[in-house]
Amino acid sequence: MLQRLRENKAWQGTLLALPTTLWLFVLLVIPLFLTLVVSFGRRSPDGGVIYGFSFHNYLRLLGYSTDCPGGQAACFDPLYAGILWRSLTLAFWTTVIVILLAYPLAYFIARSHPRRRNTFLMLVLVPLWTNFVIRVYAWMMLLREQGVINGVLGWIAAQFGIPFQPLQMLYTPGAVLVGMVYEFLPFMILPIFTSLEKIELPLYEAAADLGANPFRTFLRVTLPLSMPGVVAGTILVFIPVMGTFIVSDLLGGKQVILVGNLIQNQFLSARDPTFGSAASLILMIMTLIVTYFYTRKFGFGEEIIAA
Amino acid sequence: MRSEFAVELRDVVKQFVTPEGNLLNAVDHVTMQIKNGEFFSMLGSSGCGKTTSLRMIAGFEWPTAGEVYIEGKPMGHTPPFQRKVNTVFQNYALFQHMTVYQNVAFGLEMEGADKSEIEKRVKRALEMVQLTGMERRKPRQLSGGQQQRVAVARALVKLPDVLLLDEPLGALDLKLRKEMQLELKALQKEVGITFIYVTHDQEEALTMSDRIAVMSKGKVMQMGTPVEIYERPANKFVADFIGESNFLDGKIKSISADEASVFVPALNAELSGVPMSKDLVNGEEVVISIRPEKIRIVEYDDGKEGIFRAKIINSIYIGSDTHVYLDCNGVRLKVMEQNRISRLDPFSFYHKDQQVGVYLMPENTLVLKKEA
Repeated sequence: MLQRLRENKAWQGTLLALPTTLWLFVLLVIPLFLTLVVSFGRRSPDGGVIYGFSFHNYLRLLGYSTDCPGGQAACFDPLYAGILWRSLTLAFWTTVIVILLAYPLAYFIARSHPRRRNTFLMLVLVPLWTNFVIRVYAWMMLLREQGVINGVLGWIAAQFGIPFQPLQMLYTPGAVLVGMVYEFLPFMILPIFTSLEKIELPLYEAAADLGANPFRTFLRVTLPLSMPGVVAGTILVFIPVMGTFIVSDLLGGKQVILVGNLIQNQFLSARDPTFGSAASLILMIMTLIVTYFYTRKFGFGEEIIAA
Repeated sequence: MRSEFAVELRDVVKQFVTPEGNLLNAVDHVTMQIKNGEFFSMLGSSGCGKTTSLRMIAGFEWPTAGEVYIEGKPMGHTPPFQRKVNTVFQNYALFQHMTVYQNVAFGLEMEGADKSEIEKRVKRALEMVQLTGMERRKPRQLSGGQQQRVAVARALVKLPDVLLLDEPLGALDLKLRKEMQLELKALQKEVGITFIYVTHDQEEALTMSDRIAVMSKGKVMQMGTPVEIYERPANKFVADFIGESNFLDGKIKSISADEASVFVPALNAELSGVPMSKDLVNGEEVVISIRPEKIRIVEYDDGKEGIFRAKIINSIYIGSDTHVYLDCNGVRLKVMEQNRISRLDPFSFYHKDQQVGVYLMPENTLVLKKEA
């Protein structure tokens, strides 16, 4: 038996993949299937599920409403479509800002002395040692009306004798954006660093030698060769940002509701698991579509591993 | 008007800080003039300063002191992208994300050449290095020799004043290396561009170069044509580094313009008419350098002029040659004999303790200053 296993590569592969496959089947595939089934159902008055096959939850998400102010049979209600759109744009801008912040830093670390490089990388990772939620709370302390930032601004204003009205920063889309960028920055820095570190010094010299100034060297050599890192980072940032609800819950309050908050509400407070399931699947489909088109254009960042 | 020299280094020093925190002159007061159209090599073992010198010409490093001139113009801190020199890098440094065509076109695009011009020149450059048809391949899909050719084409397509080559054949196997040596030399003749070639391989330098600078510890030990370097090494270091040499102690007995008579205790004889360098004086303790292939083993014939008694220590057959080690009054001599005749009989070879005579003509030896 052991002898046969030793010789059979296919068996070995199956055996190695088995635990994870089981795990994913029980905890991902089955729940996903249940979610799909539930999403076609209807909420029962006591918050349970009446199974059926209806698309009304999906139609509702996209704006179809039967509860119309003018008393018509059907009308367009932008509430949920708006939430979906807001989630998408917020994830987009978070990713863009994270790239713009992470790239220069990753470049700096990649080009720094090898002895200092590990220290810098560790500093990037240090925030991750603290709990995600605690870090978001820390931003609340900074941003709230009586928070640190308003305190400092007020003090400065007082020094110059200018009247100061505390800024409303917490519970705004801006606060959510800041929190998201902060939370996901390390996940962009690391892959970009990895791909930049792989670029050998003589390549920069070759570009300079052939007449490229530093700016054109960056555009023609550095950037294309580090794209795998940018792509990998984008996937690592965009997908979780689309689904997260803690940051928007704590820093956005009732003002900034994202699809993650919607799903959470449907399951916990509105007690409509059918609508929550539909929202979950829509979120997944949206993320898949965006990721599909993005990776089709830029690849999966697989060269970061292959190279 | 073009300057007489393509590149000139005047008293150039490059200082580095070692990991231990000491200052090191990687290049130590080097002066050299490289003529237009010349194939010039810098030859030396690793750490001799040859690559650093090349990098200062390219502009990747700036001299700590002294000045690099290209076509008569002092370079100062001119960055590489503003110098009319191009480099073929040791491991080629090809852009892996670009095709062969894009690699070669890169430098022309940076000049702002128009599309049809680029197309024409890239095509021509690829023809020159025999890579026509490979335009759309990525560097990864090429063999080592082909990658090397792309690197040459990429640099040459810019028609630089000077092409710098940093051990460009180091990664190739012996046979391909020898082929590429001749090819590069022919290419240099064809385009007429000054080549500055860095190598640690003396045979390579001798094969290709018009002139060679032999370097050691940041200094130029000798500069000259391959023949000068081999036949008239300026000092014991060069005589030892280029090819092989037997060194015998001696003392100058008399001296003329460029010849000396030297008493050599190991031979118990005075050699007269030995070529020598200028800076020696009468009565000076010197060394005689004798190339192994310039000694002949003959039958010992007592009293015959120029033949000295010796004993075979051992002989090693290496195919094209036989290396024979002799004991000449307690001094070891190496002799190289070409195997011009095909032999199989073991008794036709030298055997240990065989008494022989060595024949050496004074004009085939050289007097050199004795060094520590």
